[in-house]
Amino acid sequence: MSSELLIKNGRVIDPANGIDKVCDVLIVDEKVSQVGKVNKPVKNVINAKGKLVTPGLIDIHVHFREPGDEEEETIASGSAAAVAAGFTSVVCMPNTTPPIETETDVEYIHRKGRQARKTHVYTMGAITKKREGVELAEMGFMSQAGAVGFTDDGNGVQDPAVMLWALKYAAMFDVVIAQHCQDNSFVGSGVMNSGYYSTILGLPGMDKLAEEAMLWRDIQLVKKAKVRYHAQHISTAGSVELIRQAKKDSLPVTCEVTPHHLLLTEKCCEGYDTNYKVNPPLRTEKDIDALKQAIADGLVDALVTDHAPHLQSEKELEFLTAPFGMVSLECALGLYIKALIEPKVLDWPGLIRLMTERPAKVIGIDKGTLSKGKQGDVTIIDPDAEYVVDVNKFRSKSKNCPYNGWKLHGKVLKTIVGGEIRYET
Amino acid sequence: MAASGKDKKFEWNRKHLLGLRELSAEEITYILDTAQGFEQISTRSIKKAPPLRGKVVVNLFFEDSTRTRNSFTLAASRLSADVIDFTMKTSSVSKGETLLDTAKNLEAMGIDIVVIRHNAGGAPLFLSKNISACVVNAGDGYCEHPTQGLLDVYTIRKLKGSLKGLKVAIVGDIAHSRVARSNMWAMTKLGAEVTFVGPPTLIPAQVEQLPVKVSYSLDEVIEKVDVINMLRIQFERLGGNPFPSVREYSHYFGLTVDRMKKAKRDVLVMHPGPINRGVEMESEVADGANSVILQQVTNGLAVRMAVLFLVNQAAARVE
Amino acid sequence: MKVILNSEQIERILEDQARRIISETPPKVEIAVIGIRSRGEILAQRLAEKLSKNRKKNVPCGALDITLYRDDLNSPRAGAGPQVRTTEIGFDVDGKLIILYDDVLYTGRSTRAALDALIDLGRPKAIKLAVLVERAGREFPIQADYVGHKADVKPGKSVQVNLVESDGKDQVIIE
Repeated sequence: MSSELLIKNGRVIDPANGIDKVCDVLIVDEKVSQVGKVNKPVKNVINAKGKLVTPGLIDIHVHFREPGDEEEETIASGSAAAVAAGFTSVVCMPNTTPPIETETDVEYIHRKGRQARKTHVYTMGAITKKREGVELAEMGFMSQAGAVGFTDDGNGVQDPAVMLWALKYAAMFDVVIAQHCQDNSFVGSGVMNSGYYSTILGLPGMDKLAEEAMLWRDIQLVKKAKVRYHAQHISTAGSVELIRQAKKDSLPVTCEVTPHHLLLTEKCCEGYDTNYKVNPPLRTEKDIDALKQAIADGLVDALVTDHAPHLQSEKELEFLTAPFGMVSLECALGLYIKALIEPKVLDWPGLIRLMTERPAKVIGIDKGTLSKGKQGDVTIIDPDAEYVVDVNKFRSKSKNCPYNGWKLHGKVLKTIVGGEIRYET
Repeated sequence: MAASGKDKKFEWNRKHLLGLRELSAEEITYILDTAQGFEQISTRSIKKAPPLRGKVVVNLFFEDSTRTRNSFTLAASRLSADVIDFTMKTSSVSKGETLLDTAKNLEAMGIDIVVIRHNAGGAPLFLSKNISACVVNAGDGYCEHPTQGLLDVYTIRKLKGSLKGLKVAIVGDIAHSRVARSNMWAMTKLGAEVTFVGPPTLIPAQVEQLPVKVSYSLDEVIEKVDVINMLRIQFERLGGNPFPSVREYSHYFGLTVDRMKKAKRDVLVMHPGPINRGVEMESEVADGANSVILQQVTNGLAVRMAVLFLVNQAAARVE
Repeated sequence: MKVILNSEQIERILEDQARRIISETPPKVEIAVIGIRSRGEILAQRLAEKLSKNRKKNVPCGALDITLYRDDLNSPRAGAGPQVRTTEIGFDVDGKLIILYDDVLYTGRSTRAALDALIDLGRPKAIKLAVLVERAGREFPIQADYVGHKADVKPGKSVQVNLVESDGKDQVIIE
C-alpha cells in the first residue's frame, strides 16, 4: 500500500525547475511524484492556500556539538531545532571533540542523524588531523563514508603548503574543500572587528585582512589545483571582490553568508553582550551593503546560520574570554526575510534558491529541488505571519541568541522529510 | 677469426652511464643485447670471466643501499675486477671532505670505474667532468637510476619479447622516484605506453610535458596494462603530508589480491625493492605467479655486468 | 677476390673431418661439438649432424662466444669494441671429448680465448681443435687437430668464410 501526501493550492517555488506558481505537490512513497494540477483523490491532504511551498530548506553550516559537548547541543536537539525552522537537510561541522576525521566518525554522525528522525544530517570531515593544520586527514575513507566536504572550520589552514597538499589530494575524490578564512598572524587575540569600536571599547581587534589574505591565498592555490573550493561565512567587502574576480575567472569557487553578517554591525558590541561575539566578527555597514549587493549579483551560493550553541555559563563571561558563536536556526528564515526580502535585495524565488538548489550544489547532494523522483522534502511557509523571537521556546539546548525579542515575519508551518511530516505548528 | 660483413656495426662510445634520458633507443637495445651474453656467467659453476681483470671498480655510495651496492660489487667481481667499497659512514666525507676531493683522492690511487650513488641529482655528471675514470650512476637524487631502468626493460623484454605497444603502469611516489624517471625514458624510447599512477600530491610538476599518461586511480588502469611496476613508498621521507596515512594509501594504491583479479592474466608485477609488504602490495601478490621481482634481481646482475663491460670498452678507445 | 673453396669442397671437408673423428675416437667416448661464434657454430652444427648420423646417436652441439675472453679488450683501439653475444651450450662439458670448431685458424688467439672460456664451463675429457681453413701467421703455439684446407694467403689479405645459413651461400674467399 503506498503512502501519499498531497499539498494543495500553495505558491510552489522550485527555483531549480523555474517554477513559481500556484499549484499542487504530490508525494508518493517518500518521493515527489507530481508538481502541477493534481486531481486524484488522496487521503492525506494539506491545504497550502496562501502559503509558500518550497523544496526542503538546506543549511550547510551548523555546529551540533556531538560528540564531546552534548550539554550544548546534540544531533537530536539540533536537528529538532532545524526541522522546526523548516530545514530538511543540515551539514554538521567537524570541530567536535574528538573531531570528525575518520570514516567511523562520519558514520557516527550519520547514525545519530538517522536515529533522531528529524532532518537529513550530513557532515563535513576535517582537512587535517586534529584540525591542527599539519597533516592531512583521511579524506579518502571519509569521502567513501559519505562526508560531503572537508573543512577545519573553527580554524583556517595556516600553512599554504599544507592547504595546497589538501587541494591537490582532494582531486582524487569529487569533494569540496571549505575554508574558515582566518590568517592567525593578523588576528592575534582579537575578539571583534578591528576598527573604531574595538578601539573605544578597548578590545583587541581582528583585522579584515585575516579573512581576505587567506581567501586571496586560497584562490591562487585553486588556480593551481582546480578543485572545488568553498569560502565559509564571508564577512567583508574585500572578500566579496575576491569572489567576484574568482568567479569571473571561472574558478570553481563558491561562498556562503550568515544572517548576522547581513543584519548586525560591530556597533552591537557596545554593550559587551557576548551574544554578539562571533567569528568572523560583525563588521560595518559598508560590508553589509557589499554582501547584499553580492547576493543580488548572484555571487553568493548559500545562506547559512553557522549555528554555534554555547552554554549560558560559557557565554556569561567577559567579552574577552567568552567563546565565539550564536544560534539562529530557529529564526533563520525570518532573519533572511528581514535582511533580503523586505529591502527587496531578493525576491522569493531568489531567496529560496540560496536555501535549496545552490547550497545542495556546493556540497554535491541530490537535494534542493522538487523534480520528479527526488526525495519528498518540502517546507511550507507562511510568509506574512508575524512573530516575536522567544529563546525560551527554542528546541535547541542553547539559547545564546542576540535576536531574542525581535519581531520577524515568515513562519514555517510544516516541514516534510521524505513525505513524512516531521514538524508542524 | 675472420671478420664478417654480417656483424652489427654499432659503435658504443660512452665511457659514462649517467642516465637513460640522453640514450637513444638503439643504445639501450645494445646494452640489453649485451646483457644477454652475460646471463650464463651467473648460472654456470665458475661465475667469473676475465674482461675487467686488473681493473679497479669503486662503489662510491653516499646513500645507504646494500642491495644495489651488492649487485654492482658482484657484477664487477664476476668480470674479475677488484672492487673497493666506499660508503659514507666509513669515509672521510663525514669529516667534511667534498665529493670532488673524495673522488680525486681515489683516482690518485689508480681506479678505472666509479659507481656512484648520491642524494644530489647531477652528482654523477659533476664527477664525470672532473675525473678521468668511467662514471656509472647508481642513483642520483630524484633524477635517474639508469641500471634499474635497464634491468626493468630487460626483464620485460625477456618475458614479453618486445616493449613496442606494451602498456605499463608505474605506481607510487612518482614525484620523488628516480626509478620512475629512468623507467619512463627507457620504456617510452622502446615504444611502450607509460602511465604514472598515484595520488595527485605525488605526481611531479608539469607532468603533462612528459611522454606519459597520468591517472589517480589504480582501479581504472589495472585492467588495461601488461606490466605493473610498484614503487616503494618511503614514509620516513614524506613526513605525513602528501597523503594522510599508510592505510589510506594502501586502500587506493596497494596491489591487493582483489585488485589483481581485475588485471590481465599474464600481467607482470614488478618492484625495484625492497618491498613494504602489506603497503605497496600484499604478500600473496609479491610471492604470486605474476611477480617477476626476483627475476629483476637476477637480471640486474647481467645488466650491470654489461654496463661495466661497455663503459670500460669505451674508455679503451683511442680518440 | 679469389674463391678458394666452393660449396661442394666445404661439404667434402666436413664429411672428411667427421669420418676421421669417428675413426680416431673410441666408441665409448662421448663426443660434443662446440663452435666459436660467429660462423664456427654453423659449421659445428653441420659437423655434429654428420657425427650423429654416423654414430647413430645424438652428438650435441653448442655455440661459444669468446668476446669476454679476448686479450685485446683493454688495448687502445679505434672504433667500437666487439659485441658480446650469447654462449649457448645446453649440455654438460664434463668428461666429454669436445671438438672445438672455428672457421679460420690464423694467429691462434681466438683458440686461446676459447680454451679459457671452455675451462670456465667445466672439465672436458679432452679438447680437439677442428678448423675449416688454416693460414700461416701463428702468434701462439697452437695447431689444429683437424685441418680442412691449408690456404696460402699473402700478408694484408684476409680470409672470409660465407655460409648459407648466415650469408646466403657457401664459399671461402680471399680478399
